[in-house]
Amino acid sequence: MSQVGGHTERVRHRTHEGFLRHRSFFWAQVATALCVVVVGVYFFVARDLAEPPNGGSWLGYLLGTMSAGLIVWLACLGVRKRVITAGHYSLKAWVSAHVYLGLSLTILATLHTGFQFGWNIHTLAYVLMMAVIVSGALGVWAYATLPQRLHGNRGETTRRQMLDTIGSLDAQLHEAAQPLDRAAADVVRLSIEQTDLGGSFWKRLTQSYGDCANRRALARLRALPAPGSAVQAEALTKVESLMQQKADALSLARRQMGITALLEAWLFVHIPATFALLAALIAHIVSVFAYW
Amino acid sequence: MSELYKVAIIGSGPAGMSAAAHAARKGLSHVLLEKTDHLSDTIFRYQKGKHVMATPAVLVLRADCQFEAGKREKILDQWNTDVKAAGVNVKFNAEVKAITGEKGAFTIELTRGEPIRAENIVLAIGTQGNPNRMRCEGANLPHVQYQLDDPGEYTDEHITVIGGGDAGIENAMGLIADAGQNNSVTLLNRGADFPTAKKPNVDGLLAARDAGRIKVMAETQAALIEDGWLTVDTPQGQTRYRCDRIIARMGAAPPRAFIESCGITFASPDRTAFPILSPTFESTKPGIYVIGALAGYPLIKHCMNQGYDVVEFISGNTALEPADEPLLVAKLKALPGSRSVSDWLEFLRSRVEILNGLSPLQMREFLLDSEVRAYRPGDAVFIRNEQGSSLFGIADGSVKVEVDPSNPNITVPIGEGSIFGEVGLISGRKRGATIRAAEPTICVEIPRMAALKLMSQVPQARETVNRITTERQVLQIFKSGLTPADIQEVLATSEVIEVRPGEPIIKEGDISDDLYIIRSGSMIVEKDLGGKPVFMSYVPAGSYSGEMAMIERAPRVATVKAAIRSTVVKLPADPFRRLLSRKPELAKRMYDEMRARKEVNEFIESQKEQFGGAVDMYSSVANFLIKQGIGEATDVLLIDESLCVGCDNCERACADSHDGLSRLNREAGTTFANIHVPTSCRHCEHPHCMSDCPPNAIRRGPDGEVFINETCIGCGNCQRACPYGVIQMDKPPPKKPPLWEWMLFGKGPGPGQPSYEWRKKAAKAEGGESPKLAIKCDMCSGKAGGPACVRACPTGAAIRVSPDAFLSVARIEKVT
Ligand SMILES: Cc1cc2nc3c(=O)[nH]c(=O)nc-3n(C[C@H](O)[C@H](O)[C@H](O)COP(=O)(O)OP(=O)(O)OC[C@H]3O[C@@H](n4cnc5c(N)ncnc54)[C@H](O)[C@@H]3O)c2cc1C
Ligand code: HEM
Ligand code: SF4
Ligand code: SF4
Repeated sequence: MSQVGGHTERVRHRTHEGFLRHRSFFWAQVATALCVVVVGVYFFVARDLAEPPNGGSWLGYLLGTMSAGLIVWLACLGVRKRVITAGHYSLKAWVSAHVYLGLSLTILATLHTGFQFGWNIHTLAYVLMMAVIVSGALGVWAYATLPQRLHGNRGETTRRQMLDTIGSLDAQLHEAAQPLDRAAADVVRLSIEQTDLGGSFWKRLTQSYGDCANRRALARLRALPAPGSAVQAEALTKVESLMQQKADALSLARRQMGITALLEAWLFVHIPATFALLAALIAHIVSVFAYW
Repeated sequence: MSELYKVAIIGSGPAGMSAAAHAARKGLSHVLLEKTDHLSDTIFRYQKGKHVMATPAVLVLRADCQFEAGKREKILDQWNTDVKAAGVNVKFNAEVKAITGEKGAFTIELTRGEPIRAENIVLAIGTQGNPNRMRCEGANLPHVQYQLDDPGEYTDEHITVIGGGDAGIENAMGLIADAGQNNSVTLLNRGADFPTAKKPNVDGLLAARDAGRIKVMAETQAALIEDGWLTVDTPQGQTRYRCDRIIARMGAAPPRAFIESCGITFASPDRTAFPILSPTFESTKPGIYVIGALAGYPLIKHCMNQGYDVVEFISGNTALEPADEPLLVAKLKALPGSRSVSDWLEFLRSRVEILNGLSPLQMREFLLDSEVRAYRPGDAVFIRNEQGSSLFGIADGSVKVEVDPSNPNITVPIGEGSIFGEVGLISGRKRGATIRAAEPTICVEIPRMAALKLMSQVPQARETVNRITTERQVLQIFKSGLTPADIQEVLATSEVIEVRPGEPIIKEGDISDDLYIIRSGSMIVEKDLGGKPVFMSYVPAGSYSGEMAMIERAPRVATVKAAIRSTVVKLPADPFRRLLSRKPELAKRMYDEMRARKEVNEFIESQKEQFGGAVDMYSSVANFLIKQGIGEATDVLLIDESLCVGCDNCERACADSHDGLSRLNREAGTTFANIHVPTSCRHCEHPHCMSDCPPNAIRRGPDGEVFINETCIGCGNCQRACPYGVIQMDKPPPKKPPLWEWMLFGKGPGPGQPSYEWRKKAAKAEGGESPKLAIKCDMCSGKAGGPACVRACPTGAAIRVSPDAFLSVARIEKVT
């Protein structure tokens, strides 16, 4: 196909590749190579060392320095993500390297320990690191599987539209309730005033909305005695159908929030554990040199 | 008989008002006729509190009314005071409906009241035109209105909005925006769909309808208006319902018909043409002068200066130096040879062929928009693959075109008086070759808008550009050392054809063998496989199509149809075949290309047999994207929903790299098979947004980005013109505290676009007033790393693509 000219653009990331496949698994290859080399050296060298090659040996130092450096760099992702500079970086490339190099820590740091564990600050740092890594792996699973559900659920509806829909259903409920008697009007008020859309993170994550005010209102509405007049009967039917619509709209929005929560849940371990890890790492290094 | 005025001024906008004020100060007998009951209706109708801009800043104001940038209210007050102080004889509610008579004795007929007589007439009625009126019975009742200034004004009313265009939909949505107002709003639409409205508007309306917030009645027309009630004709018959207020937004009739009825000729039948004027603003009807927006000068300062000037001209001062003189002097200062401005104007006009037909007045205006530059031998005027849409005319010297990118020594000359750069002008794509000065050369560079205006005003310029364009495009597409002489036979029978979206230029199976060049727009190639049309390829502007049947003398193997409104040049087969037999190099080139295209087709056909699903998917994704207007995009943001985790980092990155406002709405937009087209600028090949920008602030940048520069006056025309709803009117939020303070102490709103509440509070604390201007994606112009949205996406879901790269067969391999 003939085309006019090539490209003169500045750097453009036009490739359509997710972070896991980035540059045809470049960082996966780097991380694997790193692990193979390190494992090889470890078992080759370990035979000739007097003590087991723990943190104190030259190999231990090397692995320790590499691991600590890696951890600090991995933690920098939190900054990189938020500082938008004009330069040539791509966050996708960062995340790709983050994931694979982060996983390689399981080998690097484990060998650094020389398989010597105990109830001390050193092992604590190791455990925290493994917690960060495991949560990271969960994150990768979430990133790989949940987006389909996230977008499948919302279709082309935006969050704003979801909220607007619920708002306008409330306005219509208010209008439709005008002819109703006191008891029925209270039920409508329950739905309008007490319904809590999202709630706590835990609630969103577990989707526990059994006590939803709109649901209770709907149940109470259906239990009401038959209305006195035809006008009221008509209004009641209208209110019921509006509340049903509201229930549907609520569950759509809540499902959306639920999937979003699921996509973020692992970060609630990943980030605090990162901070704890950094603290433990400093303590670990200081104590090692203090005892020395 | 009534008094005979020396001059009657029609329309009290900035142009007419300034003319009247100057006439009054000069003691000329005059009258100012205004249709409405206030001065300057166009500005009166700006949104409340709008910040009016006084651009171009360098132009001095020469008028008897004051004007500087500020709030609409302040400016209108000032003008009321100025007009009173000058002693202007103004007649309100005086709508002019006809002008008869000749210079020295015109009769002006009004819709109400006595006719008015004048020796000269200044027409300054702007371009707003008259809103189309309702025609049914009761249309004159006072609760029928044609404008909605403040939707917040009405509460607890039954309101019917008539008209399914953007204005009607926006008004209706404004009325229901705040549920607290408790209006019950109905929108009447004459048709079944909303073909003229923007998609986001229609989507918003339909969503509101589905949510029960508004009633939409399609295929419905008003039949009878009564106090408190409206009767309408629906497809199911008549119904009558409550209605306290009618807002009719049924478009406006441009004032052209009225102006022509006065005996004034326009430059061309083109919709965008202006009346033909002399250097003193006199139209083709002696004694009638045209100024302001109607004369093609849409900025308030220009309008006011012309009001002053035209009165000077009418009172016999023809030696008046135009107010823009210092601008032109500055512009021409750097050029060699000390010529005066008028000498330069004449020099350029007489030497550059396409400028020959311009009047001195048009030349002045033309030069204000354009640049004149001197080049030394060897200087590059532009480089191959640069983005550029301006046209160049050679006033002195000559240039050479480097036709072969691999060997800069192979050049083709273009001489004095001719033009170049016209392909970029028409198709909005990149420059096809480097052009350098061959000797000391003076060129005038004409920006795209000015060039289009020139072509619509001067038919001779249009013909010249069209002829040269076709010739050069043929040479450029086929290269192979062809010279203009080689292709004369082919060109002699060529034909320029406009194609509507979806219309085929070639039908599969037909016996026809002409060749087509796509001059603007783009085409898609489809082939019938197993009873279903399958998308084969995308052909952008600057390519050709139809060579297989021409070379092989066989029936057409595929259908080629327009993706968007396009222009193609049809080259008849026989002269072209003769050209091929004379030029073996060209024949080989075309043959190779044909083989490559055939391979693509065969690949798709073979894949179709093995992986029917993958090919169908590829085909339907392509069709979906074409439907989303990708066919006119040059660079579009897509989001792969199988990768997008909804973190909105793209929006935050956009806001943080652009004064704190995101130019992209990730969630909004349409989706098909994991591909989401968010609401974000596509950098159209022919940007609709550029079409009506008074200060000409929308430009194309070096990387193809369409951006808005600092001369924007915030009129909102571009926002209305963009069919994809990607332009917002907003003011940049106050500065945020630095990021580290947020990270460490939680100060400020954090990354991304700050919330409305934070902005309001911070703006209050900061004080000062800033105008709402048009903002849109500029593709992160000037940032070395490229678009921030893509760089900031952690998973690789956000990508920016050009349609020809994205709609390639590589996608099939991806799906399989
Ligand atoms: C929303 C918006 C914002 C803008 N912002 C700016 C800005 O910030 N800065 C800037 O420089 N420019 C701005 N412009 C452009 C500017 O407002 C216009 O170009 C300018 O008003 C044109 O002036 P005019 O005198 O030619 O015509 P108009 O201002 O249009 O005035 C024409 C007058 O003629 C009257 N009239 C029409 N027909 C008849 C008739 N038959 N008989 C009698 N009277 C008649 C009308 O009622 C009106 O009062 C903006 C435009 C718009 C739409
Ligand atoms: C000790 C090792 C690691 C440390 C210190 C670390 C630290 C971090 C930090 C600070 C962030 C930024 C979170 C945010 O601000 O939103 C992050 C994000 C992330 N990490 Fe890790 N991480 C480690 C290992 C891993 C591993 C092993 C994986 C995967 C297997 C992983 C996967 C991720 C992912 C997917 C993200 C999200 C990226 C984004 O959405 O921007 N991490 N990590
Ligand atoms: S390319 Fe730049 S300006 Fe455009 S949407 Fe992306 S971040 Fe915003
Ligand atoms: S803003 Fe202009 S260039 Fe961008 S999509 Fe709209 S019309 Fe096209």
